[in-house]
Amino acid sequence: MTAVSPTLEVRDLETHFFTRDGVVEAVHGVSFQVGAGEVLGLVGESGSGKSVTGFSILGLVDQPGRIAGGQILFQGRDLVQLAEKERRKLRGSKIAMIFQDPMMTLNPVLRIDTQMTEAVRAHRDVSHARALEICREALVKVGIPAPDERLASYPHQFSGGMRQRVAIAIAFLNEPALIIADEPTTALDVTIQGQILHEAQTLCRETGTAMIWITHDLAVVAGLADHICVMYAGRIVEQGPIDAVLDRPAHPYTVGLIGSVPSRNRRGGRLFQIPGMTPSLLNLAAGCAFRNRCPRATAACLEEPPVRAASHGRQVRCVHPHDGPLEEVLS
Amino acid sequence: MLVYLLRRLGQSLFVVAAMAVLVFVGVYAIGNPIDIMISPDAGQAEMEAAIARLGLDKPMWEQFFIFIQNALQGDLGRSFVYSTDALGLILSKLPATLELAFLALLFAVFLGVPLGMIAGLKPNSIAGKTIMAGSIMGFSLPNFWQGMMLILLFAVIFKVLPSGGRGDTVQVFGVGLSFLTLDGLSHMLLPAVNLALFKTSLVIRLARAGTREASLQDYVKFARAKGLAPRRIVLVHILKNILIPVVTVLGLELGNMIAFAVVTETVFAWPGMGKLLIDSIQLLDRPVVVAYLMLTVIMFIIINLAVDMLYCVLDPRVRLSEARA
Repeated sequence: MTAVSPTLEVRDLETHFFTRDGVVEAVHGVSFQVGAGEVLGLVGESGSGKSVTGFSILGLVDQPGRIAGGQILFQGRDLVQLAEKERRKLRGSKIAMIFQDPMMTLNPVLRIDTQMTEAVRAHRDVSHARALEICREALVKVGIPAPDERLASYPHQFSGGMRQRVAIAIAFLNEPALIIADEPTTALDVTIQGQILHEAQTLCRETGTAMIWITHDLAVVAGLADHICVMYAGRIVEQGPIDAVLDRPAHPYTVGLIGSVPSRNRRGGRLFQIPGMTPSLLNLAAGCAFRNRCPRATAACLEEPPVRAASHGRQVRCVHPHDGPLEEVLS
Repeated sequence: MLVYLLRRLGQSLFVVAAMAVLVFVGVYAIGNPIDIMISPDAGQAEMEAAIARLGLDKPMWEQFFIFIQNALQGDLGRSFVYSTDALGLILSKLPATLELAFLALLFAVFLGVPLGMIAGLKPNSIAGKTIMAGSIMGFSLPNFWQGMMLILLFAVIFKVLPSGGRGDTVQVFGVGLSFLTLDGLSHMLLPAVNLALFKTSLVIRLARAGTREASLQDYVKFARAKGLAPRRIVLVHILKNILIPVVTVLGLELGNMIAFAVVTETVFAWPGMGKLLIDSIQLLDRPVVVAYLMLTVIMFIIINLAVDMLYCVLDPRVRLSEARA
């Protein structure tokens, strides 16, 4: 069997923020890969480093942060070594991003056509008329009615869902090989959320685009992703095929995360709660970052646990992983 | 839009009326012009004749009534000193002040906005810090002192620019303008810089604050994620957003520069309205002071209206909500 090289492969990524109070290791030893047409779910609480991972891939980590180590192999090229000018050529053309808050991502004082055509013309040498046509088609694809009228409108004339559709249309404009979606449905109504999810999924399958879907919502990922990475305190604590991880969670944190989601099967029972709080990433103590909240922690957890392979194609960063179906583990 | 305009005009009329009362009563209360205008040696009969001629023998309310009646016909009284139409006197000095103020405004915009944006984009760089330190100087050093230093440097020590006066003028539609001749421009340069220094500092601060705020916004990050060149992000995405506060403040400041260029005009002996005002106050030339203040009020109202119109061009959100109003 010949190994097809994945669209994106991240190896031991380290993104650190050099603040006045010390170094914050926002992303620490993160490795994963996404293939063409695949959806990878990146799940974690706020502050777990999932967004920073996304911005690292795009090369948009703001000061005082920077990529301190590791490799980001995109179609075989290491983005970390690439000059800013080269990276800019990839941004918006080969790698696109959809942001969390659709109310904030579009510039309020520029018309939609301006904001769309500039994205086309930044990467392709086409006339304004042709660019406008491309944008029009993109709007039709994401299900925006009366695109000509919409192109001449300003962002505030759109609803939140519509704006996010526009943002998605912009992301798909130059037929990227990879899309990073940073919680794009969090700010939307549940009904709109479903439509957007469906839209994004269809577009990915049709165009063979790889997608990283960053979210804190397990329910969203469950219906969308092929693979899942669970992040905690800047590390990926567990990853694997979506069904394997959700049905047989190995890391105690994953178990806690799944257990705290209300479910029909466990109706009436007490919801699981992870004790304690997420640790500050500033000067994080050595060892497993989750050990202070972990019911299975022992003295062995004082050393940083290595990533080890578990059954069903999962990888776990834990010394005492669970091994069994969800119901058994939760009880 | 039309309804909005009409409503604004109604408000403006009220402001003008209120201002007329305030100005008239205020000016009436200070000093007695007769003491200054007529020599103390004059006889009683002479004095009374002068008082009657100027209409100062009538009670205050009657004087006010006459003033309003004339004002409605476009007559703001006659100067006690020059014995000419007060409004005409002021208007004859207006072009000199206007061209000075507009040149200063150009300086403020075309220096202030770029410098402020540089300081906002690179707040920790040497350039950014230098610009901010400079703007503090522009703010805090007294205007007249700045003016005198400019004269000392460029007129006395380096001898490259004239120290005062208007220089050659060109008649355009019967109005003398300096900025069309080289000599006139060289005369305008120093006073315009002096007038612009404070405003430039203000614009630098506004532009910097706006730029820093805008560059943290998601839409800037999204623009970067689209792979746009930094130039386009700064010149289109950020610039258009920061122009809104800059236009607001500059609108008000333009009125200020026209109406109260007094210090600069005095330092540089610029024959504009400000100098006329100072002279008139000293001579208690009431009609000129009153006419000047009324003119200033109307000018501010017009400028504010123009600023509101500009908003509509700059900010699409205002355009719509006001069209509905």
